[in-house]
Amino acid sequence: MTLSSFIFGRLAWDQLPHSAIAWGGSLTVIGGVLAVVIAITVTKRWGWLWREYATSLDPKRIGIMYIAVAAIMGLRGLSDAVLMRTQQALAVGSNPGILAPDHFQQIFSAHGTIMIFFLAMGLLIGLINIVLPLQLGSRDVAFPFLNSVSFWLFFAGAALANVSLVLGDFSAAGWLSYPPLSELAYSPGTGVDYWDWSLQIAGIGSLLTGLNFLMTIFTMRAKGMRFMRMPIFAWSVLGSMALVIFAFPILTATLALLELDRMLGMHFFTAGGGGNMMMYVNLIWAWGHPEVYILALPAFGIFSEVVPAFSGRRLTGYVSMVYAVVAIAFLSFIVWLHHFFTMGAGADVNAFFGIMTMIIAVPTGVKMFNWIFTMYRGKIRFTSPMLWFMGFVVLFTMGGVTGVMLAEPPADFQFHNSLFLVAHFHTMIISGVVFGIFAGFTYWFPKIFGFRLIESWQVRAFWSWLIGFILAFGPLYILGFMGATRRLDHYTDPSWQPLFITAGIGASIIILGVIFQAIGLIASIRRRHELADTSGDPWDGRTLEWSIPSPAPFYAFAAEPVVAARDAWWDEKQRRAAGEAQQPRAYADILLPKRSAIGVVLGACAFFGGFGAVWHLWWLFALALLAAAVALTRRLLDDDTEYLIPAHELARLDAAQRSHADAA
Amino acid sequence: MLRRIRQLFPFFVLAIALAALAWFSLHAVLPVLAPAGPIGTAERQLMIDVVSLSAIVVLPVFALLFGFAWRYRDRGQEAQQDEWKHEHIAEFVWWLVPAAIICALGSLAWSSSHALDPYKPIVSDTPALTVDVVALDWKWLFIYPSEGIATVNDLEIPAGRPVSFRLTADAPMNSFWVPALGGQIMVMPGMETQLNLMASTTGTYEGYSANLSGEGFAGMHFPVRALTEGSFDAWAASVRAAPANPLTPDAYAALAKPSMNVQPIAYTSVAPELYESVIMQYMMPQGSTTDAMTGMTMPMPAAPAPAASTPGMATSSASASMPDPIVAPMPSMQM
Repeated sequence: MTLSSFIFGRLAWDQLPHSAIAWGGSLTVIGGVLAVVIAITVTKRWGWLWREYATSLDPKRIGIMYIAVAAIMGLRGLSDAVLMRTQQALAVGSNPGILAPDHFQQIFSAHGTIMIFFLAMGLLIGLINIVLPLQLGSRDVAFPFLNSVSFWLFFAGAALANVSLVLGDFSAAGWLSYPPLSELAYSPGTGVDYWDWSLQIAGIGSLLTGLNFLMTIFTMRAKGMRFMRMPIFAWSVLGSMALVIFAFPILTATLALLELDRMLGMHFFTAGGGGNMMMYVNLIWAWGHPEVYILALPAFGIFSEVVPAFSGRRLTGYVSMVYAVVAIAFLSFIVWLHHFFTMGAGADVNAFFGIMTMIIAVPTGVKMFNWIFTMYRGKIRFTSPMLWFMGFVVLFTMGGVTGVMLAEPPADFQFHNSLFLVAHFHTMIISGVVFGIFAGFTYWFPKIFGFRLIESWQVRAFWSWLIGFILAFGPLYILGFMGATRRLDHYTDPSWQPLFITAGIGASIIILGVIFQAIGLIASIRRRHELADTSGDPWDGRTLEWSIPSPAPFYAFAAEPVVAARDAWWDEKQRRAAGEAQQPRAYADILLPKRSAIGVVLGACAFFGGFGAVWHLWWLFALALLAAAVALTRRLLDDDTEYLIPAHELARLDAAQRSHADAA
Repeated sequence: MLRRIRQLFPFFVLAIALAALAWFSLHAVLPVLAPAGPIGTAERQLMIDVVSLSAIVVLPVFALLFGFAWRYRDRGQEAQQDEWKHEHIAEFVWWLVPAAIICALGSLAWSSSHALDPYKPIVSDTPALTVDVVALDWKWLFIYPSEGIATVNDLEIPAGRPVSFRLTADAPMNSFWVPALGGQIMVMPGMETQLNLMASTTGTYEGYSANLSGEGFAGMHFPVRALTEGSFDAWAASVRAAPANPLTPDAYAALAKPSMNVQPIAYTSVAPELYESVIMQYMMPQGSTTDAMTGMTMPMPAAPAPAASTPGMATSSASASMPDPIVAPMPSMQM
């Protein structure tokens, strides 16, 4: 090894982007980062950002950071989608389109990776961070410092994935990078390494988050909140995080084995040398299928909060819902093979996994009926969260039918890897996860920021999303029946083109929806004073988060709530209305975590360590490991991590809040 | 009035979008829904059965959703808080109905998985034609053992006669799919999968590569020509009679090198056991992918024929029972 290869590893000038569009991507990243840095500097907000957010251990602040980072990553994923739609609308016959095959393949690999790991996971974990402790009547999560570490690992993973826009390539082997294509023999560049290391870092963050939320639910519930009194959202998070702690270690191990193949010439998944690529495919889907439900369960939980709130009724079939969550969580671990029925595993194996897959439709169907019957005899306010719910039921049910079609192994032989499949999973994830997140974001927005979002922009966004979705993915179902496979950078059959163009139009209408959401957000911020939520309970809510002021104060609950029933806040409101005497608030001294910079440091270590590993800069990798060990040791030796708010101070803050609310 | 129009506008756009999709589906050629062989037809029937059974749940869901949404929209009424009569019976029903339908769909899954097992030979009066398929970077090689010929990116089959495919890859994993004939099967280096299809009528269909395998993957599609038995024999004879273009191990090694958008090629003869040796090169204890991509100079001794009746990745068992291969030029693993 020469000195320069030790210092620079694989770094070289020719790793900079080659095409105009690739340059566009890197300049957008560089420009975006510069713009943010300049904006913060000009407004002199570095100190504020550092104190109030970056080093904060308050789950509400961490949640906001997750949502912000996920939203930015979502825009990246969306631009990837636009490029893909443009390419496929053009690249028929002799027209090569705007992207070279390799570049196109990087773009769809990045799109899938980013949308699942950094958009959907980020938005959900962000919302859960804010809402879960409040719903449980708790001030914090079980491990506040770990929470900060999780976020900064997530951030480091996201940042590393974006560095590939400027230096080197991203993976061109699909969002799950199947070997042997992802092995060194066929993907010698840095792409798969960027993919592997950024997911490895973010994945460990998710695993820690899973542990944290799970322990929060086990240990931090308010007095009187038995398991069967927990809000269904909390139950859904419980199911989802149980899946995280079982599934993410599989991902971590699989990514590590792939990286061992690539870095040390091992043969876990290679073609030849004793490797077996199907072992990878089994392992990655043993994580991948639970991952679908890790995303879907919390979104189901959001609908379980939104529908009762806007129907003015309790949730129908609470106990059924709990069993459904548990059943879905369990079943999601024994269906992974349906992602590759075409492997040739034999009829018995295929039939088993097909039947298990269909059984998931039973608890899911029960949830549907429970939501719909919650509307029965209610008083339904069609706010935008309810519109997202209506759209969700329609699309998710249709997607469910296509899902059952895919679950019949012989039918799957005709759908596998076709655009029918692509349309199916986008139906499930956009309606089941993304619509759920939008509903939850609008619903909890006042609790997070203290004012409501303007409804008219939300409604416009909803219709654009719904119509755009139908136009973007309807054609893909048809194209699947025509024999179009996924991931084509180019095709020869001219009869496919009108459908691809329609899909492009649909994608543009979705973009319009996103623009409406952005305008709505900005307009709402400008009119925040007239939209202010002074009651703390703008929707006549049912769960504990609505019992405290908006935005939720840093201490969350001035006095610890005592829960006597399901829908604890609704129950208390009923009792107050009935004239029942209220207990005087029992204030007590509380301890809150001090802010800590160690999370940021560990995130930085992960980022540079990952960067070092991608480029074979082993000195950087070693330095990052060392720095992480030092930072962690320092934290472990630090006993002074909490500060006290005395009871009288809490009483004063609470009184101030309430007089403010009365005045408004 | 204007307000009413504004309210209805999104529904109007929605209707146009759905109408456009309906128009497209009625005017498109849909090989999956209009297959030309018994396997594809049976698979289509399965899709129709699934959709019909699902409709038993889906239609009530839609009816209840929109019915309740309209009936209980906010008109200033009070929401009823109490449990309604028979709520628990109703809840029991909506566990039971989906469960019953899933039982029906599940038994369908069991029977159809066995009936349409891709490894299962198609019952027919005429014996099946065997075609050995090798997915390469980025083209398909079709070897016709009974005819002693081979083609690239051009599959010719006799109509009305079953075709028994044995498939492998000498490149990243792929998937072999001819939607007009029936479902696909994955192809993997070092392993063999099988697929049985049949064209009922003559015609030209399109075959696809359904699994991302690298840069040239989009160009890996091929025409599938189903000919009458007589025309097929005539075609095979014409290939054999053409100026000699044998698929020797050297010619194969050249072919296996990555190339994109490859035009059809016909080989007048094929080296013996070529297909088996393509699989077996990955079975060498010290073989490596790099060698496999470049080094195939010598056909390996015949591997024991994989048991056709065993579903699963048949050749994975072959490495254990294989005699010591005589392979001098097999370089050791490169790190």
